[in-house]
Amino acid sequence: MPLLGFITLSCTPLWLQREPSEKFTTVLGVGSVGLAALLTAALGAGFQTHDATIIQTPLWQWVQVSDGKFPLQLNFGFHVDALTLVMLSVITGVGFLIHVYSAAYMRGDDSYRRYFAYLNLFVFSMLVLVLADNLALLYLGWEGVGLCSYLLIGFWYRNPDNGRAARKAFIVTRVGDTAMLIGLLLLLKEFHTLSLQPLMNAVRSPGADPEVLTLAALLLLGGTTGKSAQLPLQTWLPDAMAGPTPVSALIHAATMVTAGVYLVARCHDLFLRSEIAMLATATIGTLTLLLAGISALAQTDLKRVLAYSTISQLGYMFLALGAGAFSAAVFHLVTHAFFKALLFLSAGVVILSLHHEQDIRSMGGLRKKLPLVCTAFAIGCAALAALPLTSGFFSKEQILAQTWNTFGGLNPFWIGGIVGALVTGMYSARLLTQVFFGREGSASQHCRSAQMPAMSVPLTVLALLALLGGAIPLHLDSVFGSIGNHHVPSLVQWIAAAAPICGILIWLLIRYLAEQNRAKTQSHFFFPILQNWARNGWGFDRLYQALLTAPLRWVASANRDDIVDKCYASVGSTCLRLHFWLSRTQSGLLRSYLTAIVAGVIGVLFLFLLITAVRL
Amino acid sequence: MTLLLILLLLLAAAVLCCPLEKVHPGSSRALAIFSLLMTTVLLFGYLWAPRVFTVPATLADLWWDQLNWAWIPRFGIRFHLGIDGLGFLMLALTLGMGLFGLWITPGQIRQRVGLFHCCYLLTIAGVVGVFTALDLFLFFFFWEVMLIPMFLLIAIWGYEDRTRAAIKFFIFTQASSLLMLAAIVALAYLSYLQNGEITFSLQHLAQARLPLHTQYWLMFGFFIAFAVKLPAVPLHPWLPDAHTQAPTAASILLAAVLLKTGAYGLLRFTLPLFPEACSAFAPLALMIGVASIVYGAMAAYAQQDIKRLVAYSSVSHMGFVLIGVFSGNSTATLGAITLMIAHGLSSAALFGMVGKLQQRFHSRNIAEMSGLWATLPRLSAVALVFVMAAIGLPGLGNFVAEFLVLVGSFPSYPWLTTAAVSGVILAAMYGLRLLQRVFFGLPHSNQVTPDMQDLSRRELAVFSCAGLLLLWIGLYPQPLLSQAKEWVEVIHNRTIENPANYTPRRDGDSRLKGSEAGY
Repeated sequence: MPLLGFITLSCTPLWLQREPSEKFTTVLGVGSVGLAALLTAALGAGFQTHDATIIQTPLWQWVQVSDGKFPLQLNFGFHVDALTLVMLSVITGVGFLIHVYSAAYMRGDDSYRRYFAYLNLFVFSMLVLVLADNLALLYLGWEGVGLCSYLLIGFWYRNPDNGRAARKAFIVTRVGDTAMLIGLLLLLKEFHTLSLQPLMNAVRSPGADPEVLTLAALLLLGGTTGKSAQLPLQTWLPDAMAGPTPVSALIHAATMVTAGVYLVARCHDLFLRSEIAMLATATIGTLTLLLAGISALAQTDLKRVLAYSTISQLGYMFLALGAGAFSAAVFHLVTHAFFKALLFLSAGVVILSLHHEQDIRSMGGLRKKLPLVCTAFAIGCAALAALPLTSGFFSKEQILAQTWNTFGGLNPFWIGGIVGALVTGMYSARLLTQVFFGREGSASQHCRSAQMPAMSVPLTVLALLALLGGAIPLHLDSVFGSIGNHHVPSLVQWIAAAAPICGILIWLLIRYLAEQNRAKTQSHFFFPILQNWARNGWGFDRLYQALLTAPLRWVASANRDDIVDKCYASVGSTCLRLHFWLSRTQSGLLRSYLTAIVAGVIGVLFLFLLITAVRL
Repeated sequence: MTLLLILLLLLAAAVLCCPLEKVHPGSSRALAIFSLLMTTVLLFGYLWAPRVFTVPATLADLWWDQLNWAWIPRFGIRFHLGIDGLGFLMLALTLGMGLFGLWITPGQIRQRVGLFHCCYLLTIAGVVGVFTALDLFLFFFFWEVMLIPMFLLIAIWGYEDRTRAAIKFFIFTQASSLLMLAAIVALAYLSYLQNGEITFSLQHLAQARLPLHTQYWLMFGFFIAFAVKLPAVPLHPWLPDAHTQAPTAASILLAAVLLKTGAYGLLRFTLPLFPEACSAFAPLALMIGVASIVYGAMAAYAQQDIKRLVAYSSVSHMGFVLIGVFSGNSTATLGAITLMIAHGLSSAALFGMVGKLQQRFHSRNIAEMSGLWATLPRLSAVALVFVMAAIGLPGLGNFVAEFLVLVGSFPSYPWLTTAAVSGVILAAMYGLRLLQRVFFGLPHSNQVTPDMQDLSRRELAVFSCAGLLLLWIGLYPQPLLSQAKEWVEVIHNRTIENPANYTPRRDGDSRLKGSEAGY
């Protein structure tokens, strides 16, 4: 029954279109999400007490048609199990904190109401996405999330760059969505249903064609690479930082990008049936986490560092998914939501205090001016680097151990994960020291603390969660089935735990050396070309620009006047020209008429003679 | 009888418009709106008739209402009108969008106001006839009737380049309908040779068993006429010009209603008359559909004129309709019908939006506008909603429709369907380009003039009606689908590709028998 109230509530954000006063907007905007969070908590408690595993709430028939052979039926219905519940808690819980923070962050913006309307619509879509009991409804939420992300990235619409970033995000993710849509069509063709439970039962049955399953899984994976910013569709996320910082925290760290992880976890039966798809997932994850990690090391914009680190952490989740460690992936999703939201929100305070300065080279020494933020940020960085006893440590540990187990000992995926952990340690340390320690940069001299109580509270809560979140039990076994608790050699565990610490130490060493050798700038620790390359996200943007966007644009603009139209126009103009020539003959001059007649007669006679000559 | 009443009411109002305007300036608009409202009420009266929701046992029961008078008995031509679920949907769209077009454009017509409304109502009357005629000759008659006032609407009240656009429109439609006339006459003649009785009635002609070869040629005559109206690449060039040059109300009528007559013709006539030829032609038709989707979207992406952009996007959407009609699957066909309605709503609203822009800026050039969100937030929000509908955002009508089309056609034509899905990406490209250039970005300083007013409350209400309808179709399309279902089953029981594989559904038994008996 809490579900019913929950549904009505998740719809209320949609009504938030016409409220004038800022205070009222705040109450309604933040309150709706807060209520949703409370209801989720009640729902979770209900789960605990009633020992239920699944709640189904069918709402209404969306589409029901039949083509004579197979009926197609899509319903609006919600489906809640342990996985949904985890996602719900993250979305509403972290979402609520970010809403509270936003209320302070966006104060005085002239589009305050629009902001909260979009934000609530976003939460609504995200809830639909995770609650959906069939893939079509999930797709509805999926696209809705994409729309809100578009609107929020381009929220400050006066700057054309933001608009460009927003469009890029929408279109790049849409490429993935299209793959997903084809995947849905394929599943529908094979199994005649998109409802999750019957579909997964059908997938599990041994009769299913393995090739189709592989193809479908790969197509869905294509969709998730778009939304979760994995290789090769990761390029939109760093640019998406154009939106307001709480948006980055909510959408591009805590919730939206995790949709892909959720989808794979939701369809894990499908993926488990296909070796290739699992391998592809793990490969994509590993490559992404490495490339994005190294890119993060080379960034100079505070938010872009965080963006790349998000991509990298999502890579970890995909690695876990590919290794079959679904609950580890979801666990990392949760802890990542905590510490990444924390990092972004602290970064938001820093950016606001520095009057929208985002270049970390001009920061430094902010520790004294923003003590609380500094602590929060340090906790976030520690969790990000997975230092022992922070939340990130537990989840990442699980992922690496499972990778070790699944792929049988020492393997490229595990090595990739360890190197990634090393790199994560390095960039976390770099970020923290650049912003809060060391000499004061040019921007930090003008720092005026913009911290407000409405900001400190979410920061504190999130910091606690980032520290202690690793202790939260998730009870996901009911969804994924319990995976036997294989123990990994303790050496492996030690290596995994030591990697980030080594990373931090390496960074400190580099920094120390750089301090010694003042001639070089601090961050020139590897070749400038490589560094530039990494900073530009490995040139993916330029590649796509050259290979896809530019030709497409060229073809489109070459055909602006519609070549087909020109064909018809040429028919018209030929007629006109003929008409012109023929009308010239009607000159009214007797002389030319006579000439024509005489010439005609001579011509006919000549022809006549010619024919008779040939006959003879 | 109600059908005749609807037609007569529209005609009478059309005739009265001119003299009334002379007596009372401004009254013709009121009269037009009044007559449209009245006809809409009459039309919706059908929903209260008990037969609407019963399952028809025979084809004759399929029609909610019929009117069958002899017209030219010598040639077996009858004045035969009929309405069924599909016809009802189309009529509702016609009258509703006719109303929308007038309502949204007050004061845009300054000269010959009476004649304008006369032509407007005549066009609608023609369309109503097209959507109800069950006699091929009568159908052709109405087909021409709707053309001429539309030509006048473009030629007299259009924008800069109106004459050329109107002539182009006329030549394309006229040339292609000549082919259809030839095909109609040939079909009637062939069936006369078979049965010894001359008739133009759809039901009787559908019984003629023609060799595939003949069917093919006749079908071609029909197909080209309908494909021009639809329009399908490469028969589309009249559309961007006609849309761009027509006054807003006429653009709305063109996009929302006239394009649908093409798809309707395919559904009502081409498929039942030439089932074998259609299924043989299907792969080619699907290819044309995919070409339309991609070509239209690419062309839309390149346009500088907002109206042209929307016009090309129509070409793209109608490609989906073509795919749905020809893929030989009732899910896809239902999708096509839903898309006809949804596209009618979304494109009409988009043209209305462009009309509002034109009214304020006297320009339709994308380059001359920027950052309108700051000055015109309501209009911008309207544009946002309908652009999102047009690019197929789930939850709005167009998505459901396109989804059904894709679901239906995917099993038989996976590759062509995949190609069609790519149109979704291209749609996002042109849609977002429009939003970005016009509504986002930095406002031009010269745009902010004191007379720049946002949408009034009333205009907003009209737009929201269209938006809510789209939302309704997007979330609960079932009532709409069930109206259209009967006719779709009639079509597909005849054109089902391999009858040997076909087993009728349990509850469909009686219906199947009925429709076969009907033919």
